[in-house]
Amino acid sequence: MKYIDEFRAGVLAQQIAAKIAAEADPCRHYHFMEFCGGHTHAISRFGIVDLLPGNVRMIHGPGCPVCVLPIGRVQNAIQLAQTPDVILCSYGDMLRIPTTHGMSLLKAKAQGAEIRMVYSSADAVKIAQQNPQRQVVFFAIGFETTTPPTAIAIKQAQALGLKNFSVFCNHVLTPSAISHILQSPEVREFGLVPLDGFIGPAHVSVVIGSQPYEYFSEEFQKPVVIAGFEPLDVMQAILMLIRQINTGRAEVENEFTRAVLPAGNIKAQALVADVFELRRTFEWRGLGWVPYSALKIKSRYAGFDTEQRFTISALSIADNKACECSAILRGVKRPQDCKIFGTVCTPENPVGSCMVSSEGACAAHYRYGRFREKNDAVIKEN
Amino acid sequence: MSQKGFVKSGYTRALDLKNGCVEMAHGSGGRAMAQLIQQLFVTAFDNEFLRQMNDQACFPSFSGRMVMSTDSHVVTPLFFPGGDIGSLSVHGTINDIAMAGAKPCYLAAGFILEEGFPLADLKRIVDSMAQAARSAQVPIITGDTKVVEKGSGDGVFITTTGVGMVPEGIHISAENARPGDKILVSGTLGDHGVAVMAQRENLSFETSIESDTAALHGLVAQMIAVTPNIRVLRDPTRGGLATTLNEIAQQSSVGMMIHESSLPIQEQVQAACEFLGLDPLYIANEGKLIAICPAHDVENLLRTMRAHPLGKNAAIIGEIIEDSHCFVQMQTSFGGTRVVDWLSGEQLPRIC
Repeated sequence: MKYIDEFRAGVLAQQIAAKIAAEADPCRHYHFMEFCGGHTHAISRFGIVDLLPGNVRMIHGPGCPVCVLPIGRVQNAIQLAQTPDVILCSYGDMLRIPTTHGMSLLKAKAQGAEIRMVYSSADAVKIAQQNPQRQVVFFAIGFETTTPPTAIAIKQAQALGLKNFSVFCNHVLTPSAISHILQSPEVREFGLVPLDGFIGPAHVSVVIGSQPYEYFSEEFQKPVVIAGFEPLDVMQAILMLIRQINTGRAEVENEFTRAVLPAGNIKAQALVADVFELRRTFEWRGLGWVPYSALKIKSRYAGFDTEQRFTISALSIADNKACECSAILRGVKRPQDCKIFGTVCTPENPVGSCMVSSEGACAAHYRYGRFREKNDAVIKEN
Repeated sequence: MSQKGFVKSGYTRALDLKNGCVEMAHGSGGRAMAQLIQQLFVTAFDNEFLRQMNDQACFPSFSGRMVMSTDSHVVTPLFFPGGDIGSLSVHGTINDIAMAGAKPCYLAAGFILEEGFPLADLKRIVDSMAQAARSAQVPIITGDTKVVEKGSGDGVFITTTGVGMVPEGIHISAENARPGDKILVSGTLGDHGVAVMAQRENLSFETSIESDTAALHGLVAQMIAVTPNIRVLRDPTRGGLATTLNEIAQQSSVGMMIHESSLPIQEQVQAACEFLGLDPLYIANEGKLIAICPAHDVENLLRTMRAHPLGKNAAIIGEIIEDSHCFVQMQTSFGGTRVVDWLSGEQLPRIC
């Protein structure tokens, strides 16, 4: 097994699609939220919607770390990059996020700020070693998957005795965001977002395990299926959710048995616990301030904490008024419901964060799904 | 000692091609520049036109339609598995000419060198260009060299310009695709881009993938010999297959439907793309072409392509459909349909 296209086999997909079609109750609707942007991307890229019956609808969740980072934090990163003698290291996706006045890290780079795109936190440590006279700041973002590598980078920098390396920490937590959505008035009181179950991100659960989701199935009576990012994983997860609902169950099930254990990766968890602690509250784009939803660096590693070493002002910058990212991130609206989708806001000139990252709901729909509206329009005309 | 002995006949020390570097003087028009041109460029590219040593090359004109194309090359790293900036700059322009169905005849080359660039590397690049031009039988007949201060360039940038002639009766253009036509590619996709990326210092992974950089005019000549009514030819370089198909769809005001399962992609390229979060459809190629032809000619054309070494993995990948929105769509192997959009932004910097 080479793990390239084994989980993309069309024949197996047709078999699962046939089971979904046979088992989905035609008298009801099924609304499932795929929390993670990786799933959103897979659903769009492989055309999974074409294999689902009309009464099974997927709702895109807020699980794209680039999309949920508030503009203020991106602005902070730009200011850091513009500080003399600083080299800012960032994952590629962050570079194009627009802030105020059309500024972005990419534009700051064009104006002379030293910004390096890295593929891993280890590259940032290497850059710090190679540039002892410069301050190297790693712009750390992401959910539980990217947190352990950031912890390793900090430990490594400490072991190397680096005095010029720090981490601008923006790591956020998946379970807090899901609780926030389930407790939001749109879901709980007004029923604007019908939610029958969740597809949980497998890579997050490789680290945290499946246990943290048990609260949702118990407290909110919503089934959760932890699934991989290959299209067959997603199809299988949808089938498992339908089966749970049809039999009146609300459990945490693990579709991704090839890597997820109930307790997760204990070593990674210990590493994260050693370096990070919970923030009392953190701002999410689209969700607002969410209590205990993000991590900060423990005081014992303050020397590697950008927020301790530089002055970072708390900036609260509102989204563009016409942009619906905030509603889209909560599953209240779909990309095509936004007035500026595909007109003012395109991947070339993104207004909102959902259009920037390839995992954002708008970018995924723009890149892979736009023709569906055209087909819908034709159907309506006829 | 006679008086005469003091006036030595113009001795200049030979260029130190082993340890020497490009200096500002190599671009300033004096003896150093003349020496660099003579010793390095003229020696390597040698042909009757270049030997005229004028500010321009004089060549006989052709009857009929001619094409001209220019292409600048700024690839980093300069040397990569399967090629280097030199061979790339020759193939790039030859291919642009060939995509009109034309026979490439002459090339011109402009060099922007950065002060301090090792002459040994420059010689390697120039020799590789000479070799590429010779085996393509397209001479480099004129050129130019400029030197910029250290820090103002990135080693070497090369611009090549070519002229070619279009055989009688051949009208190939990206606006000619018609609904019902078939789309072919000449071989595996994404090899060049992945080979170059694997060499980047910040993307260290090992692969045996080589760039596909190659001159395609020989393949094209055989294709138009059997199918003179090929509608469109284009080489999917920057932006990859996806972007090139979108360009053609727009220019011809048509839509396209391609089939994921018929796209030739090497397993290693697929794996590297998965690993880096890239889509092989957007990765650059430097020795592949897309052809669009009427449906009734497609089998014949495919056979011809496969008989040529540069087309042995050729495949029919889809067809032209009517669509006023000019969408390129793809039936996924998984069983769904999706848009294959233009490349937005850049996947990674400077690969050609």
